[in-house]
Amino acid sequence: MAKKVVHRPELTFWEKLYIPQILTGLKITSIHFFRNLFLHIVHRLGIFSHLRAGVTIQYPEELRPLFSRYRSRHRLTLRDDNTPRCVGCMLCETVCPAKCITIVPGEHPDPHVEKYPVRFDIDLGICVYCGYCVEVCPEDAIRMDTGILDLASDTREGMRLDIHQLMDPELRKPVADCSLEFPHQCEVTGGGMKGSWDQVKKSADKQVVAGE
Amino acid sequence: MIDVVDVVIKFVLAAFVLIMVLNFAGLHTWIERKQSALIQDRIGANRASIFGFRLMGLFHPLADAIKMFFKEDLIPKGADKTLHTLAPLFSVFFALVAFAAIPFGPDLEIGGRVIPLQVAKINVALLYIFAMLSLGVYGVILAGFSSRNNYAILGGLRATAQMISYEIALGISVVGVIMVYGTMDLGELVAAQGELIWGFIPRWGIVVQPVAFIIFLVAALAETKRAPFDLPEAESEIIGYFVEYSGMKFGMFLFTDFVETIMVACVATTLFLGGWQIPFLQADDVSNWVFVVLGMASFSIKVIVFCWVFMQLRWTLPRFRYDQLMKLGWKGLFPIAIANVIVTAIVLVMIDLIGGKS
Repeated sequence: MAKKVVHRPELTFWEKLYIPQILTGLKITSIHFFRNLFLHIVHRLGIFSHLRAGVTIQYPEELRPLFSRYRSRHRLTLRDDNTPRCVGCMLCETVCPAKCITIVPGEHPDPHVEKYPVRFDIDLGICVYCGYCVEVCPEDAIRMDTGILDLASDTREGMRLDIHQLMDPELRKPVADCSLEFPHQCEVTGGGMKGSWDQVKKSADKQVVAGE
Repeated sequence: MIDVVDVVIKFVLAAFVLIMVLNFAGLHTWIERKQSALIQDRIGANRASIFGFRLMGLFHPLADAIKMFFKEDLIPKGADKTLHTLAPLFSVFFALVAFAAIPFGPDLEIGGRVIPLQVAKINVALLYIFAMLSLGVYGVILAGFSSRNNYAILGGLRATAQMISYEIALGISVVGVIMVYGTMDLGELVAAQGELIWGFIPRWGIVVQPVAFIIFLVAALAETKRAPFDLPEAESEIIGYFVEYSGMKFGMFLFTDFVETIMVACVATTLFLGGWQIPFLQADDVSNWVFVVLGMASFSIKVIVFCWVFMQLRWTLPRFRYDQLMKLGWKGLFPIAIANVIVTAIVLVMIDLIGGKS
């Protein structure tokens, strides 16, 4: 093995004195100190707000900017009449590697639209955020661009999003009243529906039976 | 006969100094957090709030104090209970008691009575302050000794060795100042610094004794156990003398640190920056009240500047290794301090021989 001789640099006289070096360090920290102090003060006055006084992002009040390709919580896109664009083709449910999507399709009254989702659930506790559902959708009906990151729940039930939450990203469980303006067969609009999983399922089952 | 008014005046002065020092020490925790945050491009603690008011994190010291008070106070099994309780009290007591000899303003005249703004007018005030600072070592060594913990003893010994080593340099650096002004009475010492050299340079300690000033600053930093000499504490890395302390007793050690920092800043101001003196302003220029207020403001500003410098150094420099610390103390500062004393003595004698006034 070749021996490698490393020459450590000797300290010069000025470096050995410590004090000039300490002053150099103080200069750096003082520049930061006074710059940030000045910026904090003028921010209070509302000027120079494009210059940041610290790298800290105060999380709940201030969110980090996301890239446009970032995959955040899902949403179902809407038509002009506020009905979901989804045609219940089941492609996303099929492609989902985590099997977190459950779709129950129903017959759409408009003959040009084949089907509509009576039930569209995503269990975010299972979802791996791969984005395949977005890629595969032929109707551009599902997207992952809500920018919602604070997904947390005390229960597993809370991690399941039903169609109401997916269509309106502002909604959080429990869903108060059905906001799904679906003029046809959706029992959810019939009143009394509070966003409970079982009730949606029941009505969906009925739907399927009726469809047959 | 003891005049009752005199006693009352002393109590008022003592209370004033105590309140100022304790509040400023409490504020120091906030300053430390905010200043380090600014240096490191952060924002700093700002979440503690009362009724939604955050006041830039000013409630954090309050929250800290409440937390400290409500924590369990542990005394380890086999520890000496009396000494274990006494040690933090010693620390805080000796740090606070030294403030008695600091003159923080010019003489105040009320109703024909002249009140020197100094709690205790001692003619060996400097010796008294150094004695009290040295006695602070007792808090440290007792804390280590009474904890019945080998690491605490080692930490205590380390801290003691450091403090005693730097006390020597600290003491000798001050000798030069004493020789120049010819007094140990801090009141007279400050008064002597009001003069001007050649009519335009204030005769401050930093002008006549620049080397002593630097040695004093470095040794004082080591004496207060602040970074870059914070080996006795070293919050996260090395075990210090207060491992076995919890709750408010631990808080008192922490508090001692800040009080000592202010103490050292006060001494440095008094010795080297002319105390309450304002350059080119004499007592006759303005009325007594204005002069007193200006003098106290000047003193406070100088102390705050020193505290700022100490804090800035603390967040600039990395910690010394223990052998480097001892090397700097004994091989660096100590000889320079002695050389400074000798050179000062020679210069003083020369000036005397030539016939000028010293």
